[in-house]
Amino acid sequence: MVTAADIARARKVAGQVEDPELPPITIADLGVLRGIESDGSTDGLIAHITPTYSGCPANLVIALAVESALREAGFARVRVETDLAPPWSSDDVTEAGRIKLKAMGIAPPAAPGASETPVCPRCDAANVAEISRFGATACKALWRCNACLEPFEAFKRL
Amino acid sequence: MSAADATTAPALFRYALGLADDQLVLGHRLSEWSGHAPTLEEELALANIALDLIGQARGLYQLAGAVEDRGRSEDDLAYFRDARDYLNVRLVECPNGDFADAVARQLFFATAMNLLWPALAQSAEPRLAAVAAKAAKETAYHLRHATEWTLRLGDGTETSHQRMQAAIDRLWRFTGELFETPPEVETLGPVAVDPATLKPAWDATIDAVLARATLARPADGYMATGGRAGLHGEDLGHMLAVMQSVQRTHPGLEW
Repeated sequence: MVTAADIARARKVAGQVEDPELPPITIADLGVLRGIESDGSTDGLIAHITPTYSGCPANLVIALAVESALREAGFARVRVETDLAPPWSSDDVTEAGRIKLKAMGIAPPAAPGASETPVCPRCDAANVAEISRFGATACKALWRCNACLEPFEAFKRL
Repeated sequence: MSAADATTAPALFRYALGLADDQLVLGHRLSEWSGHAPTLEEELALANIALDLIGQARGLYQLAGAVEDRGRSEDDLAYFRDARDYLNVRLVECPNGDFADAVARQLFFATAMNLLWPALAQSAEPRLAAVAAKAAKETAYHLRHATEWTLRLGDGTETSHQRMQAAIDRLWRFTGELFETPPEVETLGPVAVDPATLKPAWDATIDAVLARATLARPADGYMATGGRAGLHGEDLGHMLAVMQSVQRTHPGLEW
């Protein structure tokens, strides 16, 4: 039987898989890992993930990484399912994820209801200017800090 | 499959396929801008929008393949149909032209999709509603991008104004088809959205953006049609020949 302890351990293992485009941010930090459940058999697991953006190329890599991480942890039968509903939101990024993003020099996504203008992740200045709403990955925009003059990436609110 | 599903399945297949083809064809056209956009930031923007559209198309092809139930994958539907079987509107298949054409097309299309997706997120078909709810969020960014460029070019220099107006005029005849009611919409009832119902809101948004950009709304004249019935201009065939060449040469090839 798959026990509650197995599910909790599997969730921990899968949650530590890193986003290939944002290491060391994990899929638990991003809210991309939706959950783990038994597939109803004696030892099978289903891992549910969700894409940040419909066309995010990291999604396939993440699915494969989740499967192999769970296998390495001793879960022999694993299936990864991609769920679209409810759609991923930047509000799903956890507090730990927000702290890691800022430490990497990426402004975390704006909180619900807050201004979409980020604060400079390096010097915390509010005097910033948008360079491009579309960055190197679908989830980020390009900004520049007018105080420390450094360009930086900001997670878009979605 | 229930009896009701069996009667609506062909209509749902066709409806999802038309929407999927719109997103894929425009996504591919935008990907052709890679290496040609006016600035690096714009290069990233167009590539990001293309990626969103192709992602949305994938979700819709998966749904279409599942509904059709003949074992066709998303790749089969994208790569092994000819132009006559593509059901996209004509607007998205037009060759890229200049950057003003790209902006005008994005403005017309994103304004329409920004209305369609939120409505379709209420679809009685949960798989369709899921794709639509996700696409709605992404399309809001696409519309902001197109609107800002329309304002900048329309209300910019004399040359940028002229070229933006020329693009609006050139592509206007492809906008009527966006609001044609496909025959399957009636069969599908609460599963689908009749695009004709979106026209007044589209007109209001387009009129407001054009006015702010000091551009003139063209008079409605001849409107191109036929895309939803698989009748396309010759450019779609050329585009598909390039897009499908790898799969046609090495069928079943995967990453």
